[in-house]
Amino acid sequence: MAKRTVIPFGPQHPVLPEPVHLDLVVEDETVVEAIPSIGFIHRGLEKLVEKRDYSQMVYVIERICGICSFGHGWGAAAAVEGAMGVKIPERAEYLRTILHELSRLHSHLLWLGLLADAFGFESLFNHCWRVRETVLDILEKTTGGRVIFSICKVGGLNKDIDNETLKEIVETLEGIKEEIKELTDVFIEDDSVKNRMVGVGVLSKEDAEELCAVGPVARGSGVVQDMRLTNNHGVYGELDFEPVIETAGDCYARCKVRIGEVFQSIELIAKAVAKIPEGPVSVPVKGNVEGEYMLRLEQPRGEAFYYAKGANSKFLQRMRVRTPTNMNIPALVKTLQGCDLADVPILILTIDPCISCTER
Amino acid sequence: MSYIAKSPWVIHYDGSSCNGCDIEVLACLTPMYDVERFGIINTGNPKHADVFLVTGSVNEQNKEVVKQIYEQMPEPKVVVAVGICACSGGVFKQCYNILGGVDTVIPVDVYVPGCAARPEAIIDGVVKGLAVLQEKRDNMVKGIDAPAEEPEAAAEEEKTEEGGEN
Repeated sequence: MAKRTVIPFGPQHPVLPEPVHLDLVVEDETVVEAIPSIGFIHRGLEKLVEKRDYSQMVYVIERICGICSFGHGWGAAAAVEGAMGVKIPERAEYLRTILHELSRLHSHLLWLGLLADAFGFESLFNHCWRVRETVLDILEKTTGGRVIFSICKVGGLNKDIDNETLKEIVETLEGIKEEIKELTDVFIEDDSVKNRMVGVGVLSKEDAEELCAVGPVARGSGVVQDMRLTNNHGVYGELDFEPVIETAGDCYARCKVRIGEVFQSIELIAKAVAKIPEGPVSVPVKGNVEGEYMLRLEQPRGEAFYYAKGANSKFLQRMRVRTPTNMNIPALVKTLQGCDLADVPILILTIDPCISCTER
Repeated sequence: MSYIAKSPWVIHYDGSSCNGCDIEVLACLTPMYDVERFGIINTGNPKHADVFLVTGSVNEQNKEVVKQIYEQMPEPKVVVAVGICACSGGVFKQCYNILGGVDTVIPVDVYVPGCAARPEAIIDGVVKGLAVLQEKRDNMVKGIDAPAEEPEAAAEEEKTEEGGEN
């Protein structure tokens, strides 16, 4: 038996934009065990419910994560709306769906860039991020922020996006589709990229189900699970779409799922813009929160869970969030067992880790 | 625009930020903003770095990490606190696990406000930091040891100046 060595990975590591620590137990070049340790970004923001009232809390929850920020704001606002029994106008639901899909688009383009960076394809990384700037420009033009939007509030949205701008958005996205296609073709067809991903880090369907993997990780292993299909948030029920499923379960499959979702998001935005009704974007909300509500929402990284409980006060009694990366870490630890040391960065990246979501 | 004789390399560490500032730091490196035209590149190794970009505030778990990275960097070095969380704790200031801004554990030279800090602001902060770096380097060449209070006093000044602009 070869000698066992422990290699510390992180919290500060060139491939990670965020701190996570893994103790990699290796035999020669093969990882036999990976022991994660987390807590570097723990802030304890759920406890802020004692100091911030329910409408302020939406902005705090939004700052759980800067990449999926819109979804978090939406989840928190919708959970409070549910507990209070507020029905928001249909136009607001449509706009929230559109903004959420725009966030998914920018998140997946960001992830494709980081993946390219992880296997050392520097120019592809830069091109992905160049295209992503177009999406950020749209978000900035409509919401005022590049990564943190603060547009969602309890009762709807802070501001309307006029139909003219919505049409422009669709045209712009159609315009960059060709560019995105050129980039994603490199991920799908390039031999050097395929060599790093095909057959690496296989997660079987049974394992994905048993370890409760969510989002693109589960969908890459053939699990048909997409919270947008449950139709409890947004207007996904009216947009008629099929989730992107791959069955191989390796890094390549997870990459293909996200590439599929990039184009799916562009389509969904176009469909939503075509159907959007006229009307107000918010309703006034008054009074205290009484009762509880839970909501599951599909974030770019998978299923996120929001729970709000009020006790007839402006301050919530409990605001609970469970984020997708939290559920994908067991799957990551499973795939790391028996992999090559050189594949560790790619394996970590293909679950699209969002540590600040996980630790809050 | 500050003048600097050598290309400064930056190292980035995410304290307990929400990712917003981190992806904006990365956006600075990509074609749209492209800090490489100033000779700045992002390195993963503290021993190669001149400028330390910290996003997010410090907590019990990561204060040692921030200190270690700072101590591993060779002199002269500059610390840029990116985003309001790194400056003061920001929206999370009252959270139980937040100790405060980065300046509670290491001396900070430039404060960049914003939630999230925009790439333009981050570049401006780094360029301001380069002036501080050059000054520190000149002092080292001349053999002048800067008085211990001076960096902190300069930092306070910078803070009020940045705050005034916003």
